[in-house]
Amino acid sequence: MDLNAFGRGAAQACSNSKMSDAEPHTGTTIVACTYNGGVVLGADGRVSTGNYVSNRASNKIMQLTDNVYLLRSGSAADTQAIGDYVRYFSEQLAGELGDDPSVQTIANLVGTMNYNNKNMLMGALLVAGFDKHSGGQVFGVPIGGTIVPEKWAIDGSGSTYIWGYMDSAWKPDMTREEAEGFVTEALALAMARDASSGGVIRTVTLDKDGATMRYVGGNEVPLFHEELQPPAAAAAGTASMVVG
Amino acid sequence: MLPRPTSHSKALGPGVAGPELAVATSAVQAGPPKASAQQPLSGADSFMVDPHCIADPARQHTQYPYVTGTSVLGIKYKDGVLVACDTLGAYGSTKRYKSVERIKKVNDHVIIAASGELSDFQHIIKLLDELTTDDFRADDGISLGPQEVYAYLCRVMYNRRNKMDPLWNSLIVAGIEPPHAGASAEDVSTSDVTFLGMVGMIGTHYSDSHVTTGFASHLARPLFREAQADDMSEEAAVALMHEALRVCYYRDKQSMNKFQLAKVTKEGVSISEPYALDVQWDFKMFSQPTKWAVGAW
Repeated sequence: MDLNAFGRGAAQACSNSKMSDAEPHTGTTIVACTYNGGVVLGADGRVSTGNYVSNRASNKIMQLTDNVYLLRSGSAADTQAIGDYVRYFSEQLAGELGDDPSVQTIANLVGTMNYNNKNMLMGALLVAGFDKHSGGQVFGVPIGGTIVPEKWAIDGSGSTYIWGYMDSAWKPDMTREEAEGFVTEALALAMARDASSGGVIRTVTLDKDGATMRYVGGNEVPLFHEELQPPAAAAAGTASMVVG
Repeated sequence: MLPRPTSHSKALGPGVAGPELAVATSAVQAGPPKASAQQPLSGADSFMVDPHCIADPARQHTQYPYVTGTSVLGIKYKDGVLVACDTLGAYGSTKRYKSVERIKKVNDHVIIAASGELSDFQHIIKLLDELTTDDFRADDGISLGPQEVYAYLCRVMYNRRNKMDPLWNSLIVAGIEPPHAGASAEDVSTSDVTFLGMVGMIGTHYSDSHVTTGFASHLARPLFREAQADDMSEEAAVALMHEALRVCYYRDKQSMNKFQLAKVTKEGVSISEPYALDVQWDFKMFSQPTKWAVGAW
């Protein structure tokens, strides 16, 4: 029952909830953070169906336009559907405008879908992007459809473990490297304690020159107390072989 | 001999023939499910994302609030009306969004503030924006007064309640009636035109010299009853408001020490930047409350 921890109480109270153990959820950690000149977004890679990890390297960062990305947490199906609709609407809008839509417009599309289908959807989303009007921006779109602009945002079940870290370590006007390190460290801390988050770390950095994707494989994610760094792949093969 | 079909009314109990209830209950369908393979059973069109197009009358939408704001306070004073609230958007017990503006200007004569689900408040703002945009386009110098906004919102909230699909908010509408065409603001005394009203999520509404929502109804109303007067000075009104906000901050767990104060006078609307109040924690008994009662807390 790897529900988004925030949605758990709400789902139980909501009579329209269709949550069953078998429905795949992105028990997840997603982080987005603005910095001086752009925005960094990151997510873990675990999708679970009950206790089973159905996908250990999923990509929860969905590209909506060239300059705006969506981070998904909550019901895997609902968030994929919302992302698909908004990507379609944004493409139409970009064609009409002859230019990239603003991040705020796309965030409003996502929020409107969440709001108008409030009783059917369970998606807690972050919209992050870079446009020439206002630079790097992050919008939180939690369940229910509220739209909140923020300097940094976290969501997903793993986010409960890192509120303290985010509050203490965030500072305004970070450099690109500081912001990327901040996001990666936050994700690693959440993955260390949340069973519903794990696997890989994916980050995307957006600035005026475009997007840069980074992939941190499961054996290179920073580790903390009482965890062991896995040995390099070739050595593991020979060391564990027993010839008998 | 074929058995005569009897219609059973849930209201009358089993085995009794009686008239069907006027409204289909959840166990009784108005008709057989649609046979169309491409249409969802609810009756909505495919890919329809607007719930108002979903035609099935038995569909129930009663919601649950997710991101909520807490108390809002409002009092009348000599020059107009003051409204204050904090800037927290809570997500259950998590103090999640700390810079949320829960007081919004509608036009130069009216402000609105809300507690409850913030997405529904954002929707209400959109509805009011439509009205003010119409006023702007009419360009006849007439704009909505607080009484009209209040009446409009009463109807919106009550009608949503009747559809079992409420907007989960308690709203405070405050303002000064704009002068009639041809009249000037000085012709009328402020106390005759100041308005302060509350509309709840099921359409309950009232107007008074002091209104509150949420916790403040229990904590702040008694203070207002004692000390508020329609002709109090601005300094006294602000001091009373601060006292009430302080109590709400001490005693409401879903609150924070970051407030906005809005003022409507004949000159117009102003909403302050967020600020914190001085709070008192230096009571001697606070530092050692169990000194003479070891084991207590």
